[in-house]
Amino acid sequence: MDSDHNPVNPLPEAPGVTGTNGGVSVDRTDRMVIRFAGDSGDGMQLAGNRFTDAAAIFGNDLATLPTFPAEIRAPAGTLPGVSSFQLQIADWDILTPGDRPGVLVAMNPAALKVHLRDLREDGILLINEEAFDERNLHKAGFETNPLEDGTLTGFDVHRVPMETLTKEAVKGSGVSGRAVLRSKNFLALGLLLWMFGRDTKVTADWVRKKFGRIEPVMNANLAALKAGYNYGITTESFARQIEVRPATLPPGTYTNVNGNAALSWGLVAASVLSGLPLFYASYPITPASEILHELVRHRNFGVKTFQAEDEIAAAGAALGAAFAGSLAVTGTSGPGLSLKGETISLAMITEMPMIIVDVQRGGPSTGLPTKPEQSDLFLAVWGRHGESPLPVIAASSPSDAFEVAIEAARIAVKYMTPVILLSDGYIATGSEPWRLPDIASLPRLGVPFATGPNAGDKFLPYLRDLQTMSRRWAIPGMPGLEHRIGGLEKEEGTGNVSYDPDNHQLMTDIRAWKVANIANDIPEVEVDDPDGADLLVLSWGSTYSAVKAGVGNARRKGAKVAYARIRYLSPFPPNMPTVLSSYDQVLIPEMNNGQLSRMVKAEFVRPVISFSKVEGVPFKFGEISAKIMEIAGR
Amino acid sequence: MSYTRVDFQTDQEVRWCPGCGDYTILAAVQNFFAGLDIKRENVVFVSGIGCAARFPYYMNTYGMHAIHGRAPAIATGVAVANPALSVWVVGGDGDFLSIGGNHLIHALRRNIDMTLLLFNNQIYGLTKGQYSPTSEPGKTTKSSPGGSIDYPFNPVSLALGAEATFVARTLDMDRNHTTAMLKAAHAHRGSALIEIYQNCNVFNDKAFIQLTGKAERYANRIDLVHGQPVVFGADKEKAVVWDGGRATIADRNSVHPSQIIVHDAHAEDASAAFALSRLAHGPYGPTPLGIFRDVYRPVYDDALQEAVTRSTAARGSGDLGKLVTSLGTWTVE
Ligand SMILES: Cc1ncc(C[n+]2csc(CCOP(=O)(O)OP(=O)(O)O)c2C)c(N)n1
Ligand code: SF4
Ligand SMILES: [Mg+2]
Repeated sequence: MDSDHNPVNPLPEAPGVTGTNGGVSVDRTDRMVIRFAGDSGDGMQLAGNRFTDAAAIFGNDLATLPTFPAEIRAPAGTLPGVSSFQLQIADWDILTPGDRPGVLVAMNPAALKVHLRDLREDGILLINEEAFDERNLHKAGFETNPLEDGTLTGFDVHRVPMETLTKEAVKGSGVSGRAVLRSKNFLALGLLLWMFGRDTKVTADWVRKKFGRIEPVMNANLAALKAGYNYGITTESFARQIEVRPATLPPGTYTNVNGNAALSWGLVAASVLSGLPLFYASYPITPASEILHELVRHRNFGVKTFQAEDEIAAAGAALGAAFAGSLAVTGTSGPGLSLKGETISLAMITEMPMIIVDVQRGGPSTGLPTKPEQSDLFLAVWGRHGESPLPVIAASSPSDAFEVAIEAARIAVKYMTPVILLSDGYIATGSEPWRLPDIASLPRLGVPFATGPNAGDKFLPYLRDLQTMSRRWAIPGMPGLEHRIGGLEKEEGTGNVSYDPDNHQLMTDIRAWKVANIANDIPEVEVDDPDGADLLVLSWGSTYSAVKAGVGNARRKGAKVAYARIRYLSPFPPNMPTVLSSYDQVLIPEMNNGQLSRMVKAEFVRPVISFSKVEGVPFKFGEISAKIMEIAGR
Repeated sequence: MSYTRVDFQTDQEVRWCPGCGDYTILAAVQNFFAGLDIKRENVVFVSGIGCAARFPYYMNTYGMHAIHGRAPAIATGVAVANPALSVWVVGGDGDFLSIGGNHLIHALRRNIDMTLLLFNNQIYGLTKGQYSPTSEPGKTTKSSPGGSIDYPFNPVSLALGAEATFVARTLDMDRNHTTAMLKAAHAHRGSALIEIYQNCNVFNDKAFIQLTGKAERYANRIDLVHGQPVVFGADKEKAVVWDGGRATIADRNSVHPSQIIVHDAHAEDASAAFALSRLAHGPYGPTPLGIFRDVYRPVYDDALQEAVTRSTAARGSGDLGKLVTSLGTWTVE
């Protein structure tokens, strides 16, 4: 059996047990992939998120994959208007949202059309049958009704009159007219909760909190939720429940978090740990906007957010805030990173600490704004004029973004340099349970403040600490430290403008050396290689989950394969040469045309097998394990 | 402690061309600061790129010589991060109005607390003499050998249209007037833009001769003074009056005194200031100088600081433990 089980844990015992629950048969399984699909207006993201929360609090391990249409209001009922939310829940440590759903909720014909091909052969279908009228069938491109023409033969199909049930349920709530049908996602959710043997309490509490101020809406949603749940109990066609037990995760306190939130919290944490006020400047762009939305809610941490007129201004304002002594961050996606380039070079030559977050999406240009890709790696590492190296680090999962944000701040401040932090749309919107770190034991971040004159009674802005080669940070307001910095080349030490050839060579070398030297201040790459393999698979960024799961799957099929994840992309960790030379073959799967592969080839002169995919969808772990098996010749 | 001009000078050699108007502006600014009751360490000068933008290197305060056009955005970050600082932005007409036009208008509408000195020499100086967004139509330069076909901005009209709360115009040659404008701009909380007509004696000499020439200036300088009727000329024989919706010039003795516009720089509505700015589209013929508009509107940096203070008072200072558990948690034993 293919499984994306975490290779460090043993496979769970006895999956697939069947029992009964008062006449209803209960299938126990170790994991289940569920996909909610409907029109953008059907509230599928909300239903998916609520089910996720209920599952998380129930104790399942899980991973999610929301998929949005690029248009905010694509015409209702059409294929481009379909929005979906997939999650996998499991009773053990899983890594991915799964490859193929076992349960599909289809709120209209278009949703069925787009998603049916992914459903497992034995999959369960929950269908909003009243949406299958002639008009909607036509819009979805069905010539005959798939509910009747045999298309669904073999699946476990449940046709549910969701609209009638919803209308019936919300009577008396105070909601009327077309607004009544808005609650039908809660009806579907209630039914699904019943199917998985969960109660509705977690969801109902959330509804009360969220809609408490608009009582009719709160009542309607609660009524629909209840009605869906009761429909499961009372309707004979639902004779089957699915049981996925709580996972045995490592002990600790958990929360369920998406990557944009975790990244935002990491920035707030870095601010607290460094004592520097956080300043975040951004121009709205999918999928980075939520960082701005999240941070604006945390002003009581002293956080200042600034919605700029464009990305150039956002980068500029961040640099200005850094000059004034803030932990300065600007966030964007690929098109915005292009615009910020000139300012990042200025931050580089002035040696100011600053974090640039790039939540990558499908490119080039507007590309696939709501889909993930890893194609900005070259832009991040090389994409500036002049000799302008800087540290680049990447988050590999939603919860990892917390730690990576703190690490980006640590490096930026300690080495007085801009740092690019790469995330992507998959990490940003996907969520996973996160075992909370012990906040009290997070290490403080040191700040190389200038405290007084450093050359007699003078302050020279480019005198350096000989260990880190970083200059001192003199903040306006400090008497005696008045100084000027700028984009013109400066004389080493004094910082005076200098056009001297030898000095330019020296400064170029110092700036490069300073960044390269960071390799000695970051952890080594850890290789997971239980069997002494010849093949090493490397991942960076969000391919982590699929690659790690794919490696585990290949191992269970008998392949010997080693695995490592790279967080630091510039500079690379110091043991990279040793690691790479220990393996005959190196496979690098990436959601781009082989950018890390080329960097590894160029820097370490090693042959690399590039496995690239640029479809705007994450790798499936099955694709990774199949590739490994192919290379292993098995 | 009080400063002298020397306290604001740096050890850097000033590299402008001899005779450049930038020297007189620098001297005026340094003198002005020497007379202020302000701590030098609380002053920040930010500039873009251009001859004008070299300014911060010569001011012994905190300073950043940044990149072309972006100074208003960078200064916004400085001012917002620390509203207690006195933030000054220096740039040329290319810097502020061409590549940086977007940042300028947004800084003005937000009313960020900073003073912007626009050194308008109607030419690109540093790149050796191309026409700029304020060059007169038909101007012959290296990039417009047959005469420029670009229509120019009127920087004061532009700033007023961008919701600026303080807009003034002055001349490099008139130290007293420049100092008076600096003083008023500094006293203004919020964005203050001063357009300074600055002579580039190398690439655009005598561009402002109609306002500086001994023979011409009395006929052409319209000095705007708040609360005073707008009259000018060697014998104040000219007056500015309303003609329908626009301001126009008339012989003073041909109009009744009640028809003469009395300048109100503090008028809530910018229409009259705008009308005055339309009297000349550049320094050609009678041109108003002085403060066009000086009104109070809430300042962005203050508002943001207040939001932070309010949120902290209402919710208590942030607690990381609470933050990471704010979406609900569960415990695995
Ligand atoms: C991105 C970028 N584009 C172009 C330039 C070249 N450049 C430097 S200064 C300048 C124009 C200067 O004119 P202005 O702003 O009016 O200043 P002045 O030199 O007249 O004081 C230009 C085009 C640059 N430095 N950066
Ligand atoms: S080129 Fe013109 S503006 Fe530039 S320094 Fe020389 S005179 Fe001044
Ligand atoms: Mg100029």
